[in-house]
Amino acid sequence: MVVEIKATDLGVSYGEFRVWQGINLKFDEPGLISILGPNGVGKSTFMYCINKILIPTEGNVTIDGTDVNDLSFKDIALKVAYVPQASNETFAMTVMDTVLMGRYPHSGFNTSAEDLQIAAECLKIMKISHLAMRNFNELSAGQHQKVMIARGLAQQPDLLMLDEPTSNLDVYNQMHVMRMLSKVAKERGIVILTICHDLNVASKYSDRVVIFSKGEVYCDGTPQEAITAENITKVYGVKAGITEVDGRPYVLFYDGGDEQFQ
Amino acid sequence: MKKLHTSGIRRSLEQTNIRLHDMRHHAREKNYEGMTEEEVTIAQYKAHRWSKLIFVIILLAVFIILAGAELAVGDYDIDLWSVYSILIDHIFLGKPIETLEQTVVWEFRTPRVLTAIAVGIGLAMAGAGMQSMMKNPLADPYTTGISSGAALGATLAMTLGFTLISGTYGTIINAFVFALIPSLFIIALSKYRKPSPAMIILSGIALMYVFNAAQSYLMLVADPNATSAVYAWTVGSIDGTDWGDMPFMWAVVILGAIIMMYLSRILNAMNSGDSYAKSLGINTDRTRVIILLAVSILAAGIVSFTGIIGFVGLVAPHIARILIGADNRILIPLSALVGACLMMVADLFIQAVLSFAMPVGLITSLIGGPIFMIMIIRQKNEVW
Repeated sequence: MVVEIKATDLGVSYGEFRVWQGINLKFDEPGLISILGPNGVGKSTFMYCINKILIPTEGNVTIDGTDVNDLSFKDIALKVAYVPQASNETFAMTVMDTVLMGRYPHSGFNTSAEDLQIAAECLKIMKISHLAMRNFNELSAGQHQKVMIARGLAQQPDLLMLDEPTSNLDVYNQMHVMRMLSKVAKERGIVILTICHDLNVASKYSDRVVIFSKGEVYCDGTPQEAITAENITKVYGVKAGITEVDGRPYVLFYDGGDEQFQ
Repeated sequence: MKKLHTSGIRRSLEQTNIRLHDMRHHAREKNYEGMTEEEVTIAQYKAHRWSKLIFVIILLAVFIILAGAELAVGDYDIDLWSVYSILIDHIFLGKPIETLEQTVVWEFRTPRVLTAIAVGIGLAMAGAGMQSMMKNPLADPYTTGISSGAALGATLAMTLGFTLISGTYGTIINAFVFALIPSLFIIALSKYRKPSPAMIILSGIALMYVFNAAQSYLMLVADPNATSAVYAWTVGSIDGTDWGDMPFMWAVVILGAIIMMYLSRILNAMNSGDSYAKSLGINTDRTRVIILLAVSILAAGIVSFTGIIGFVGLVAPHIARILIGADNRILIPLSALVGACLMMVADLFIQAVLSFAMPVGLITSLIGGPIFMIMIIRQKNEVW
């Protein structure tokens, strides 16, 4: 059964500053969902509300009908995995040990044969088996990102949330990661939520696109519905045109001149 | 002519290197032939884990030899094999302590060695825990002001005769209780603010200034004998302990070891940052307080008996990390072994090389500082 994540009248304020309010979103179908929107619009904040890293000031989030506030961190970890945007390790372990950490909610003190098998599979999916025994801090930013995605997959969640998973990747790896996420979502019947700044990669591989803008959900629909020249111009303030590549909208950006960047 | 010669050597070395590399590569290919990608990864990982165990075994051997040497060396020299046979006879076969040799080993020297080991194990584990929990390679067991708290407690007992509990353990109990004040303070604060590493360090420093000021005042107005006793205490030594001190000290160390091992996997996750650790199901705020309390009790239990022995708690985890990496599940036990060995080496240096008594705390810092420098310069693994 697919997990059901539901945000009702959700609002977050930092003191006087209101990030957004009145957010109503529901995710209950397997697939890759991209959250788009300009910097600082509260995309990461929305993710934090789902796994209780942040307590919202208004409204609530439910996972399969239960308010996350009534769930322990451990209960949530069994259903929701989170892949942070940047790695933040002080003392680095090997890549394999790092990925095995994703098994923490499922296994006890010892690493089982099943854990090893799952971690090794995740390395293979991310095409980083050859890095398994390397130290995490010897790797490049892009490799870090792939290791962290593997770690998120190893947690085998019902909802996988990734904060800009492709920000450090080259074009081949961007496409590989998004394509793989879209495939994994359908194969495992899970919801995968990504924050994305590359509109064209999001458009090409997402099943659903949610655009945040100015304290609300501006638009929620298929890539064809959401990614239009009008929406992009309104949300990002950039002159845009749309063409079609691989049957999906493809955004072209134009320099709007000095007045656009005033 | 000379130049030619060396370049020839270099070339042959390079060729050897290439050949070795090829051989290794070939061996790997051959070993893993017919295996799937996943199987190769798992096989490599298992081999890697075994190679870590080898370090533990080697260090265990070093540990046993050092402990024997510690018991053998002194004013009355005993050979190494007699030491082991006395220990085995008494502990496992229950033979009574009768001869002079047996008395020297068991009654006089064993408590001292057990203290050195307890100090090494306790401070090293506390240091490893502190460093991982704070995500800070400079953290040590005393980071939160544990040592200055203990020093103030001891100073109160030595200068004013003020003790929380009267009797021979007055100074020790004073030091122990005062050493726990900083972490209790942080626990109280954590109701109002998240106990972040920065908050823990800063409130530790703030308390340290207060404690130091109070201690300095007490020493200024006290009589010179008491002041000298306080100085001796702050240097840290293992001379003053006997069998009567062992139960409490070892109870603290063993309890601390169990808690630290239980928390080791959580420490691994916390090393990736609080938000990720939370997403793995760890209540980071609460866990940080638990770790802080465990580390504090561990360090306080030791410092109250021995005074402030520096450096071991900072450097033992770093040495262990260079040897086997940053996985706390193996790092914590290996740090404990390294710490115990370091303490025994320092004490052996005093017993065997120096002809006069010297507090071990001075030696650990004096020898340890330069060793640490060399290791920082030489280490290539970039584990921190």
